[in-house]
Amino acid sequence: MYDTIFSMELPVGEHIKLLRNRISNTEDIKNSSRMSIVTGIHGDEMEGQYICYELTRRIENERDKLKGVVDIYPAVNLLGLDNAIHTIPKERLDMNHIFPGSPDGSMMERVAYALIEDIAGASVCIDVHGSDIFTRESLQVRINEEFAAGLMEYAKLMPANLIWKNPCPSVAASTLVHSMNCIGVPAFTVECGVGNTINTKYGDRIVDGIFNVMKYFGIWEGEAVHHDDTPVCDDSSIDFMRADKAGLFINSMNKFGRVKKGQCIGKIIDVNKNEVVQEIIAPNDGILFTVREFPMVYEGALLARILVQEVEK
Amino acid sequence: MRQVEVFRIKSPYRDDMVVHGYTFGKGQEAACIIGSMRGTEIQQTYICSQLVKRLVELEHNGNISANKKILVIPTLNPYALNTSRKFWGVEDEDINRAFPGREMGKTNERIAKRLMDYVKDYTFGIQFASFYVDGEFMPHVRMMDTGYQNTSLANLFGLPFVVVRKPQPIDTTTLNYNWQNDMTAAFSVYSGYNETINEERAGQSVSAVLRFMTRMGILRYDCLSGYISHVINEESLTNVYAGKGGILRRLKDIGKEVKYGEPIAEVIDPFVGEVKETVIAPTDGIIFFQQREPLVNESDVIYRIVRRIHE
Ligand SMILES: [Zn+2]
Repeated sequence: MYDTIFSMELPVGEHIKLLRNRISNTEDIKNSSRMSIVTGIHGDEMEGQYICYELTRRIENERDKLKGVVDIYPAVNLLGLDNAIHTIPKERLDMNHIFPGSPDGSMMERVAYALIEDIAGASVCIDVHGSDIFTRESLQVRINEEFAAGLMEYAKLMPANLIWKNPCPSVAASTLVHSMNCIGVPAFTVECGVGNTINTKYGDRIVDGIFNVMKYFGIWEGEAVHHDDTPVCDDSSIDFMRADKAGLFINSMNKFGRVKKGQCIGKIIDVNKNEVVQEIIAPNDGILFTVREFPMVYEGALLARILVQEVEK
Repeated sequence: MRQVEVFRIKSPYRDDMVVHGYTFGKGQEAACIIGSMRGTEIQQTYICSQLVKRLVELEHNGNISANKKILVIPTLNPYALNTSRKFWGVEDEDINRAFPGREMGKTNERIAKRLMDYVKDYTFGIQFASFYVDGEFMPHVRMMDTGYQNTSLANLFGLPFVVVRKPQPIDTTTLNYNWQNDMTAAFSVYSGYNETINEERAGQSVSAVLRFMTRMGILRYDCLSGYISHVINEESLTNVYAGKGGILRRLKDIGKEVKYGEPIAEVIDPFVGEVKETVIAPTDGIIFFQQREPLVNESDVIYRIVRRIHE
């Protein structure tokens, strides 16, 4: 059952809403550990939708093991989701660039503000993203460099392929997780898959990780799901491979994982001349964790990311 | 006038996107003027085209000062203009959120970097910019409060207002913010329109830029002295919000004086035509910004008012 946390009237017979599904066996919310799962900030990212369902289903199966509060916010950018648009449809603004929002700003700034107010005081917050339609991502936890030290032990509970300490200086300050960390709620992002699709394998792993986090905070009494150690990296340990030429990107990699120095990741074809204009060659041994999905590329388009070394275990 | 190629982006199928600049005079790089970065900035493109036309005449008549060079770049984003997109490319990236840019970054970051490299030695940087919601402004010059800004220079455009904005984190990726340093003084000029052309306002913007360049000794040219600008901080503007969603009926126009308590807009029920809400002026003042879209959400800004000043 979803509660409406915040609502604003649209011009023609409809309201935009911020919805929350609260699952709890106690009325004493204030004195309980509380986890907030947020998704749908980007309207073309679908894994989160599956996770809302699957997480709820698994909790309901063993409801008596739930000792705290789980709050699920499934559709923060409601109109973006409904239109399969990454951004806020009308203004074309990235909703993850408007936090902490404002109580007297634009409609979506007010939604952002209402979300922050509602999460405030939670034990932990996880913002579930999928990738956009342009790149395919393996399962990653992304944490702001600034708060990395405090977040690492929670991030390691997720069975991810990678934990990425991501500085992104200008943009990071306007994200949900940054705003939450600033008010003392440990928050991180998970990222996986490709836009407008659901990869249930990633979805199930994220839900496993969410149960591990719940267990850590005493919200769940079930068993933790064991997983291998996750490599940790920052920008300096990643090869970013970008298109030098415009054309059609043809991917040679059918899966993520180990690549050898010199291995071909893909090529760019000039569609007018029918020739290969760029071969994308791994410059180092490493682990491929991002690859271009959308074939049409301009100079600068991201084609692949390869983890070359870990910064710590 | 000399046409120069600022940079070029190749496409799989389309004609290359060639960004052209037009230079006037020779020598010290005095003023660089930039038009549209978004495909919705049609008025901005138009203003630059009219400025180029005027500068051709002025150069012909020997009105460009010795050892002064002017560069005008009417648009950085012809592709978006041609396809009615707001941002750049299929990935829909805003060029004006990519500064200072990176040589090996995303396409929009590369565009930003190439532009910055090309224009970095100019003493004055002027950009015709737009706001993210479609609305109409009083003509003004906008500066970021970076610590380097000089509002007395902004006054020399002779537009009615100078607005100083305290930068938010996201502003640090705009051209204006990155241009504004101890070497370049950066100004954004808002003519008040985007997707429609307003000839009068375009003419006013062209005159403002010519006036500024005359006062800085870049042009030798007689022009009217314009307004003595009223300097305001953006946060001192009073926002007036719609309290309900519906069809907006504005009762006051941009630039007009309003009195505290006076009805200034109505929100109409889209089904039965009744007035759902009468919006009241929360202060005396002058309307500085007005929403132009006919449909409003609850909480949309309908007007922004400069408090306690009179016509
Ligand atoms: Zn996302």
